[in-house]
Amino acid sequence: MTLLSVQDLHVTFGTADGAVRAVQGVSFDVEPGETVAIVGESGSGKSVTANSLLRLNFGADVRIDGRILLEGRDILAMDETQIRSVRGREVAMIFQDPLTALNPFYTVGHQIAEAFAIHHPGTPKRELRKIALESLNKVGIPEPSKRIDQYPHEFSGGMRQRIVIAIALVNSPKLLIADEPTTALDVTVQAQILELIAQMQAEHGSAVILITHDLGVVAEITERVMVMYAGRVVESASVADTFLTPTHPYTRGLLKSVKSLDAGRHERLESIPGIPPSLINLPSGCPFHPRCAYAESLGGRCETETPALHLVGSSRSACHLPDERLLGLLGGGV
Amino acid sequence: MSETFILEARALRKYFPTGASKMLQRPTDLVRAVDDVSFGLRRGSTLAIVGESGCGKTTLGRLLARLIEPTAGSVVLDGVDLTAASARELLELRRDIQLVFQDPYACLNPRHSIGQSIGTPIRIQKTLDKAAEKARVRELMELVGLNPEHYNRFPHEFSGGQRQRAGIARALALQPKVIIADEPVSALDVSIQSQILNLMEDLQTSLGLSYVFVAHDLSVVRHIADEVAVMYLGKIVEIGDPESVYGRTAHPYTKALLSAVPVADPRRAAGRQRIVLTGDVPSPVNPPSGCRFRTRCPKAAERCAAEEPVLSARSGDQPSGHRVACHFPE
Amino acid sequence: MIFFVLRRSIFGILLLLIISAFTFWIFSALPSDPAALTCGKNCRPEVIEANRERLGYDKPLIEQYGSYMKGIFTGRTYGEEGAAVHCPAPSLGYSYDRHECVTSLIASTLPVTASIALGAFVLWMAIGVGLGTLAALKRGKWQDRVATAFSVIGVSLPTFFLGLIFIMVFVIWTGILPFPRYVGLTDNPFEWFMALILPWLVLAIISAATYVRMTRNGILEVMNEEFVRLGLAKGLPRRRLIVRYVLRAALVPIVTIAGLDFAFLLGGALVTESIFNMPGLGKLTLAAVVNSDLPILVATTMVAAVFIVVANTVVDILYGYLDPRVRVK
Repeated sequence: MTLLSVQDLHVTFGTADGAVRAVQGVSFDVEPGETVAIVGESGSGKSVTANSLLRLNFGADVRIDGRILLEGRDILAMDETQIRSVRGREVAMIFQDPLTALNPFYTVGHQIAEAFAIHHPGTPKRELRKIALESLNKVGIPEPSKRIDQYPHEFSGGMRQRIVIAIALVNSPKLLIADEPTTALDVTVQAQILELIAQMQAEHGSAVILITHDLGVVAEITERVMVMYAGRVVESASVADTFLTPTHPYTRGLLKSVKSLDAGRHERLESIPGIPPSLINLPSGCPFHPRCAYAESLGGRCETETPALHLVGSSRSACHLPDERLLGLLGGGV
Repeated sequence: MSETFILEARALRKYFPTGASKMLQRPTDLVRAVDDVSFGLRRGSTLAIVGESGCGKTTLGRLLARLIEPTAGSVVLDGVDLTAASARELLELRRDIQLVFQDPYACLNPRHSIGQSIGTPIRIQKTLDKAAEKARVRELMELVGLNPEHYNRFPHEFSGGQRQRAGIARALALQPKVIIADEPVSALDVSIQSQILNLMEDLQTSLGLSYVFVAHDLSVVRHIADEVAVMYLGKIVEIGDPESVYGRTAHPYTKALLSAVPVADPRRAAGRQRIVLTGDVPSPVNPPSGCRFRTRCPKAAERCAAEEPVLSARSGDQPSGHRVACHFPE
Repeated sequence: MIFFVLRRSIFGILLLLIISAFTFWIFSALPSDPAALTCGKNCRPEVIEANRERLGYDKPLIEQYGSYMKGIFTGRTYGEEGAAVHCPAPSLGYSYDRHECVTSLIASTLPVTASIALGAFVLWMAIGVGLGTLAALKRGKWQDRVATAFSVIGVSLPTFFLGLIFIMVFVIWTGILPFPRYVGLTDNPFEWFMALILPWLVLAIISAATYVRMTRNGILEVMNEEFVRLGLAKGLPRRRLIVRYVLRAALVPIVTIAGLDFAFLLGGALVTESIFNMPGLGKLTLAAVVNSDLPILVATTMVAAVFIVVANTVVDILYGYLDPRVRVK
C-alpha cells in the first residue's frame, strides 16, 4: 500500500497584505522505503508542504485543503489525539537549523528519552536512559555516557543535527521528513549527515522526504524528485530522468544554474532571469511564464492557461510545450 | 613583487582573548582565528578564500579591510600600509577598499531608502554634493541591474537578490580598487546566485576591480577565482590557481573538502569515493601541535605532530605558483 | 559555581559600602541641620551648638561615617551619661524625634512591609503570568483583548487613586472589608489577612499589568522558536508543550525581573502603606521625610539598598540555575 498519498493540497496563509497562496494543488505519492526529494527555491512552497504533512503550521491564520493519506488515513481529518500519535512515531521530522531545533533547557538525553516516552508511556526511567544511550551511539556521538547529560549548547552544529536525527528515529518511523537538514552545516559535516541519514534509513526501513534546494544533495541520495515552483509541482520524475532529461524549463534553468567543480575559469554562468513571483499576486496561468524563455513560442497560452501535471516520457511535467520539445530541453537552446 | 599586488597580507595574525578565569574572570585562552597568513592579490584578479566554519576566513576578510585590528602583521593596499595608517589617512584609504556582506537582509538599514543606503559612502566621505550624489546613485543602480526609478523604495520591497545588488552598488559608490566580498551569494537562491556572480564578473572586467572572495562553496569559487586559498584553523593550507588546486590537489584537507561536495550528476554520484573526515574541527583555542589538520588526516605521521608544515611548492612546481603546507602532499 | 557566588557576594558587599557612603554624604549635604533637629522648635543656638558637639555632628564627615558604620557592628551609645541611650548592634542610628533606636523601629515595621510585599507578590505573579499566558494562547480573541485592556488600565492607575477607590467601594459603601489597619499575624491571623486584602489587591493589580504584557510577549516570541515546533513534531500533547517548552523558556527572564521587583517593594510601598494605614517601612520613611528625621532616612535608604543588592545577586544565581546556557562552568 502506498505509504503517503498527498492529494490536491492547498495551503493559504492570511496576512495583512492579503492571502498568501503558498501551496496550490500539490499531489504526490511516496512508497514505503523510498527516498523522495522536493526541490525548490525560496517561495516554492516546499517547506510549507512538508510542515503541512504533520499539521505543524500552527499559530498563523492558515487554511489547508485537500487530503493527506497516511496508509489510507487522512491526516487532515484527524483529531488532536490521532495526529499526536502520528507525530514522532509514524512520521518524524528534522529541521534545518540544528542550533535552534533543540530545547536549550533540557539535556539531550532527556529530549531523546522524551521522544520515546511520549509514545510509550509507562516505560521505566532506566529503560529510557538505555534507549537514549543507544540512540546516541547509533548516530555516532562519541562518549555517549558522558554526553547524554549535557545540554545542546555544549555540542557543535554537526553533533546537534545527529541528535535531532536520533530523536526523529527513536521510534522507527515509517516516514522521515528532512527539511533542509544540511543547509546550515559545513560541507564535510554535510557529507557525514547525509551518510548517516542513508544509513539510518536502511536500518529502519523508513521512507524519506528530503526537502532541499541543493541539487547536488538530491543527486547523491534520492531516487525520485519533485520540483516545486511558486506553490506548484512543475516536474516529478526519477532522479536520473530529472537530471539527464529535465522536462520543464524551470528544471532546466535550475540545472544550468548549478555551479560545477570542473567548470572553466570565468565560465559564464547561466541563470534564470527575473525573480520568483509574489505568492500574493501570482501571475495568471503558468506561474513561471514571466521568466520562461519558451513562453513566447506558445503565443499567449502560458499566460491564460495553467498547465496541469501530465506524463511526458517517464516523467511528469506541468508545461504546455509539446512532448518532443520537453524531452529535448537540455540538448538544444531555446 | 609588490608592485603587481594591489593588496597584500603580510604575516597577519588575529588572536581573540576568550574564556574566563574563576575569580577575576580574566581571559584564559586565545582563539587563534588567523595565524600567520600571507598572500598577494594581483590587480584585476579574484582571490578566493575558502574554508569551513571556524577556519578564520571571515576574520581574515575583516582584517583586510581593517575593520578589526590585527594582533600582528600588516595589510598593504596598493603600496600603502593600511594597518599603520592614522585615522585621517584611513578615512581616505577606505575609499579604495570596500566590502560586500553575506546577508542582504541585514545589510541595508530598513529605515533608509535604497537610494539613501547606496549613497551613504558618498555622504560619509563627502565626495559629492547632494545632486551629484543622487545622479551617481542612479548611475550605480543601473550598473548593477536595478531600476533607478526605485530610488525611493525601501529594502523590504526588494527581493534578496536585488538587495545584494544594492549592496554591491553601495560598495562601488566610491570607485574602490578592491572589494572584499564575504560570502556574497551564500544566502541567495541558486538561480539568483548565478545572476549575481555574472554581475560581479562583468563589473570586474569593466571597472578593473580586484576581488577577495570569501566563501565556503567550492563550486561557486571554481567559476570566479583566479587564485584559491584553502584555510583550516587560521592557516592557509593550500594556495594556487583553480586548475591546480582542484585538478592536482595537493593537501589532504582540500581533497576531503572537494570530495564532500555533492555533485549534481546522478551518474557520477553513484560511483563516487568519498573521503569522509572523522570527528569535528578541533577548537581554535588549542590547535593541535605541528600540523593542525593531523587529528583528522588519513596520512598523519609522527613528523606531523612535531613539525608544522610551511606553505611551499611541491617539487616540480613553480615556487610562486601552487603551494601547499603539508609534509606529505599528494 | 562557588566562585560565581563568591565573586558576586564580594561585589555586593563593595557595592553596599559605596551606597552607604554615598547615602551618608548626600544626607549630610542636605540643607537641614541635624543638630537643630535635636531639640525641638524653640531651641536656643547655644543648645544647638552644644548638641552638635555632643552628638558628634561637628566632626569631619569621614569620622561620622566611620562611627556610623562601626555602630552597625558593635552598637553605639548616643547622648551622654544621664541621657545616654545605648542601641545594641546592629545600630543604624538614633532618632531624636521619636526617641528610639532606628534599628528597633525598622525591626517593628519590616514585618508589616514584608507581609504586604509577599502577599502582593504572590497575587501579582498569579494574575500577571496567568492572564499573560491566557492572552498569548488566545491571541487575537476576546480573552487577549480583555487581558491587554487590563494591562493598559492597570499600568495607568496611580496607586493612591486605586487605593482610595477600593476603600470607598469595599469599606465605606459596601462594608465588606474592615477599615484598614494593621493586625499582626500572630495576634489574629484572620484579621491580619482581611486587613491586607486591599493593599495586596492594589499593589497586585498595578504590578500585574506589566507582567501580563511581558508574559504575553515572551510567550509569543518563544512560540516561534524552532525547538517548540520540534516538540510539536514529536507528538507532545499541547499542555506539555506549553508548560515544558514554551513557559519554561518564557518565564526565565520574567522570574528574574520579578525577584528584583519584589526586592524593590520590600523597601516599602510608601503610598500604599500610607493610604491603608499600615505601619510599615514606607510609612516610617514618609514620616521621616516630613519631619526631616535624618537618621531614619539614612537607615531606610540603606536597608532598601541592601534588599536590592541581595536580590540582584540571588537573581543572577537563579538565572544561571534556570538557563543552562548561562550557567557558569
